[in-house]
Amino acid sequence: MNRTKTMMTRMAFVVAGITMMSATASAQGAKATAPKPRKAAWVVPRTPDGHPDFQGNWSNGTMTPLERPAGMGRALTPEQVVAMEKIRADTVEQLAKQSDPNRPAPPKGGDGSTGAAGNVGGYNYFWIDAGDHMATVNGERRSSIIVDPVNGRVPALTAAGRERAAERLRAYRKFGEYDNPENRPLAERCIMSFGSNAGPPMLPNYFYNNNYTFVQTKDHVMIMTEMVHDARTIHMRPVARLPKPIRPWMGDSHGRWEGDTLVVETTNFHPEQLFRGASDNLKVIERFHMVDANTILYRFTIDDLTTFTQKWSGELPFIKMNQLIYEYACHEGNYALSNILSGERAREREAAAKPPKP
Amino acid sequence: MLRRLLSYSFAVVALGTLCGLPMTPLHAQRAKLPRTVAGKPDLNGIWQAMTTANYDIEPHDAKPAMALRPGPVVPIPAKEVLALGAVGAVPAGMGIVVGGEIPYLPAALAKRNENRENWLTRDPEVKCYLPGIPRATYMPFPFQILQSEKAVFISYEYASAVREVYLTNPGPPETDSWMGQSDGKWEGDTFVVTVTGFNDGTWFDRAGNHHSEALKVVERFTMIGPDHIKYQATMTDPQTFTRPWSIELMLYRHVEENARLGQFKCVPFVEELLYGRLRKTPIKP
Repeated sequence: MNRTKTMMTRMAFVVAGITMMSATASAQGAKATAPKPRKAAWVVPRTPDGHPDFQGNWSNGTMTPLERPAGMGRALTPEQVVAMEKIRADTVEQLAKQSDPNRPAPPKGGDGSTGAAGNVGGYNYFWIDAGDHMATVNGERRSSIIVDPVNGRVPALTAAGRERAAERLRAYRKFGEYDNPENRPLAERCIMSFGSNAGPPMLPNYFYNNNYTFVQTKDHVMIMTEMVHDARTIHMRPVARLPKPIRPWMGDSHGRWEGDTLVVETTNFHPEQLFRGASDNLKVIERFHMVDANTILYRFTIDDLTTFTQKWSGELPFIKMNQLIYEYACHEGNYALSNILSGERAREREAAAKPPKP
Repeated sequence: MLRRLLSYSFAVVALGTLCGLPMTPLHAQRAKLPRTVAGKPDLNGIWQAMTTANYDIEPHDAKPAMALRPGPVVPIPAKEVLALGAVGAVPAGMGIVVGGEIPYLPAALAKRNENRENWLTRDPEVKCYLPGIPRATYMPFPFQILQSEKAVFISYEYASAVREVYLTNPGPPETDSWMGQSDGKWEGDTFVVTVTGFNDGTWFDRAGNHHSEALKVVERFTMIGPDHIKYQATMTDPQTFTRPWSIELMLYRHVEENARLGQFKCVPFVEELLYGRLRKTPIKP
């Protein structure tokens, strides 16, 4: 229990290391609605051409992490779920309190807490919507999104994968993390969402705005990710795949129906959007299946044997939300990137002005 | 001139009829429009304007560059754009404003002219900001309309801009935005979209034409053939204009095999411009 609590506290602060950025008019009010009890009479809604109709807004916000914490099984016990969700609820309640307008300035260098809500004072919890439930799949409450391998962990890297990771680290270390805008994370630069929200694979960011709009036409399925208003258009009719040099940020997605399951294969990922250090050969296979009026079961497989010692797969629910998604205009109000870089330049000037130590 | 043109077209029609060539009058073309299951014109596809309106929506002559400075004889390109040569020059255009001129209030006209003088530092397109409506429609990039029985969604290549056109009005916009809130309805075969809730950050073109956050845009998408949409938009903004005014242009379908929308995520392309001075070692000009 104690161990669980520690882990959950850590998960509650998984936003640590995500630097704050400016975002106007994001869907802070748009929390996922809780799934309603399944009705026996539910029939799959269908488009005019007879396929399941996924259209509308969905959220994949959840507390369930990608990888399974050590010492846990795939399915959580009801007691574990209650305990974890209570810790999250208590944390939310604590952090959602009104800020004290008379509080003093935070101590120089921050108060030691981590995350966007802590340190020198950032978001309070009003702004954060990190998911407050453990994911449910087939009635099972899940400890991790990854289900294959069975330990719920990203499989080991191949030798080539390790070499590439080392090379990336060497390239990263050539610069200080605040030297150039290009050294900052994609989300902070308003290029892509935190984590792998837009994907594919489309994963929760454990922070906010885990929201999507689906539109289906006879030739396309379009999935718009709220962060950073990225529309991925999946081709449902045979269209030539992109030539090798064209590598869009979310890759090149082609779909087909296998019965009532939408299957999407994506290749040609942008070099800076290769999931978990994958290679140019990365192929992501996604499967969308509606299991009730409020739930799409989303499964994905990462296929890149030049990087991972085996294919690996995960699953999580997308929950229907009956609310609007607002514009996520990030770059237009991105004062933070200027401030982060100029803050570092100021620190360098201060350091240079100090007399050398005797 | 008009009479001469008219008589010329009559002559062509007469000639065509005489020779037994099939003529396709407008009503016959409309009858052949692609339609959805519900019988509405099917706007699905990749569309693009063929106009120089993004340079200036008013009629404009060609000029050496978007940004000019005085030369000894005539204006010459500003130094920031000089190296682009003819690539940076501006082509002439008939404009898309019905009647030719935007009816500005005096102060708004002064601001437009000031914007024009300061184009390089002020045009939101230079910074890769979201384009707003109607500018997104006639930028030199295609866009894709995704239309189903339940939804209409427009995905733009430029800046990965998007907008959902709500078919059920959700009420007044709860917040302002760059792309506005779009409410759509069919009037016969015309898709009419009312866009409100703008901020005042977007422009109409690279010529400094602007608006306030009071702007309301009513767009009309009318398919006049399987591969053509007549696009009209009427702008109302009493803080900027003396009266409502309209634009009109044609949208062309990308008919090539394997036509698809590209991706122009320009944010990383403007980082040197916006943040280069803040590098640890700024790049020397």
